[in-house]
Amino acid sequence: MTKARARWLLLGPAGLWYAALLVLPLAVVLVYSLGERAPAGGYAPALTLAQYANLGSRWTAFQNTLVLAPVGTLAALLIAYPLAYFLAVKSNPRWRTALLVLVIVPFWTSILIRSYAWIFLLGGRGIPALLADLGLGDIRLINTPFAVLVGIVYGYLPLMVFPIYVSLERLDKRLLEASSDLGAPPWRSFLQVTLPLSLPGVATGSMLVFILLMGEYLIPQMLGGGKVFFVGNALVDLFLQSRNWAFGSAMAVTLVAVMLVTVTLYMRFLSRIGAARDDVGLM
Amino acid sequence: MAYAEQGEVIAEFVDTTKRFGKVLAADRLNLRIGKGEFLSFLGPSGCGKTTALRMLAGFEAPTEGRILIDGQDIGAEPAHRRPVNMVFQHYALFPHMTVAENVGYGLRQRRPKLAKDDIAARVARALDTVRLGDFGPRRIWEMSGGQQQRVALARAIVNEPKILLLDEPMAALDAKLRAEMQMELLSLQRKLGITFILVTHDQQEALSMSDRICIMGKSRIAQIGTPRELYDRPANRYVADFVGRANILPGTVTRNIGEHALVRLASNHDVVVEAPRPVNPGDKVDIAIRPEGLRLGASAEPGLPDITATVARMTFLGEHVEYLLRHPDLGELQVMVPRQAERALPGVDVGTQLHILWDQGNGLILGQD
Repeated sequence: MTKARARWLLLGPAGLWYAALLVLPLAVVLVYSLGERAPAGGYAPALTLAQYANLGSRWTAFQNTLVLAPVGTLAALLIAYPLAYFLAVKSNPRWRTALLVLVIVPFWTSILIRSYAWIFLLGGRGIPALLADLGLGDIRLINTPFAVLVGIVYGYLPLMVFPIYVSLERLDKRLLEASSDLGAPPWRSFLQVTLPLSLPGVATGSMLVFILLMGEYLIPQMLGGGKVFFVGNALVDLFLQSRNWAFGSAMAVTLVAVMLVTVTLYMRFLSRIGAARDDVGLM
Repeated sequence: MAYAEQGEVIAEFVDTTKRFGKVLAADRLNLRIGKGEFLSFLGPSGCGKTTALRMLAGFEAPTEGRILIDGQDIGAEPAHRRPVNMVFQHYALFPHMTVAENVGYGLRQRRPKLAKDDIAARVARALDTVRLGDFGPRRIWEMSGGQQQRVALARAIVNEPKILLLDEPMAALDAKLRAEMQMELLSLQRKLGITFILVTHDQQEALSMSDRICIMGKSRIAQIGTPRELYDRPANRYVADFVGRANILPGTVTRNIGEHALVRLASNHDVVVEAPRPVNPGDKVDIAIRPEGLRLGASAEPGLPDITATVARMTFLGEHVEYLLRHPDLGELQVMVPRQAERALPGVDVGTQLHILWDQGNGLILGQD
């Protein structure tokens, strides 16, 4: 077999898949976004930027997404890192596998069912009732940004934990002995050795969670109750309720563009951290 | 222990014992290490030598007993507060830092902080010392194994530790590079005057570099002494076997002759050997004799026992030829014959009967293990 044929055999299936299910639909969406809403709903061919000019009317969806996706990613990171650190470094190796399984156990149940559970927990007769009984006043949790954030962190934590766990687990423990031998107390060893060497895991986990959150639909739907909605919710609304396919397409294209920009910025930020380390040295 | 008795003591193990669960890793170590000394812990893997080093570094705490550095009990001091630095077996260099950053790491941990210029100057000097002057900005993965080893060395000595600990630092290098590094390390030690403690399983390395060697076996110190002392006067069978090679033969003491003794071998030959410890006629003893302590002859010599054995194998080693001979009562005996002496044995081949010439006073009585 020639090299060229081998390459086509290897790339062919995935390439076809991407062409048929990604490139083609994207092209369709791009074309639709330049069209108009047909009088009875759907798409009417046109060549106008009117839909894009109208994006401001859906600004809240973008605002929610652009605030809650990064904040949710950060919150998941802050909770996942210590957990991953414990699992990789401090936990008894004999229990480690069992503990790792516990982290993914929630995935065994549908996110739909788990979100329902959160509706009850955060709803009027759940945690707020408990807090009221303790005399902490009347606090509303369900259908708030906080509720959405809780759902996000809960749902995406494992995706953050695993890449960080892997990078910490792979870390050569002798490097920490060397750091200690050279006079660094434990917390400084963490800052100067453990943390920088686990950054690839942090980057992977954050990207994974952030990208999925930008397109999130279910959690805001269930725990935001129509009050805290993401771009994903707006899209469903536009395509299925208002049947304004042109406007929905414009919004979808804009989301892809925003995502491309933020992810690129994030990547450049990460590589700049790496470059800075090369130049000046750590701390 | 002559060395440490004369000079100033920098470190001391006092009945130091380490247990990992039920496993005894170090059993009542007692040892004084002199200032400026080059001391090696030598032994097979699992003998406790690395544990001894790690206790000194502060990575393991002794279960019982004490460890003193400069007269102070440092048993409770964490590793980062000890005035010692270590060159790790696989170097443990920080992969996310340059060579210079690695070397400067210890200096950057000092509190109060050192000035940046000061750190840079000291790093440059340390890199010069290990002949890596221009390599500061390089990344670790761009360095060869030998270069990485020097970076590890520079990273340790830049801190001017009271003791430099070396955990099998040459194990990953090829033979030629290893010999080079050994000489370099030795001259570096003489130049800096820092106490070096080396852990190795390579007896050649220990013999050629150390002022003293501490031979470890079964978690205990088997013998401490200069390389010559250990080679010429091994205290017991374990040491005789581990340092160099030795023929070890059982026998019975028949007479005391001052610091020597007459010993009757299993073949009923009487040989005169050194007796480093007091023995009495009738004692069952083991005697050790080095392969170069025996000679071979085509005929017996007057005044020496006539031990006749058959050549079983000859191994050509360049300036020496190693003979393996078989004797019906004594078993196998190794004899190292210089090429010069071999000329007196023409036509010898496997199966030839030769006379083993055991000069009076060669060999010695071993102590009990």
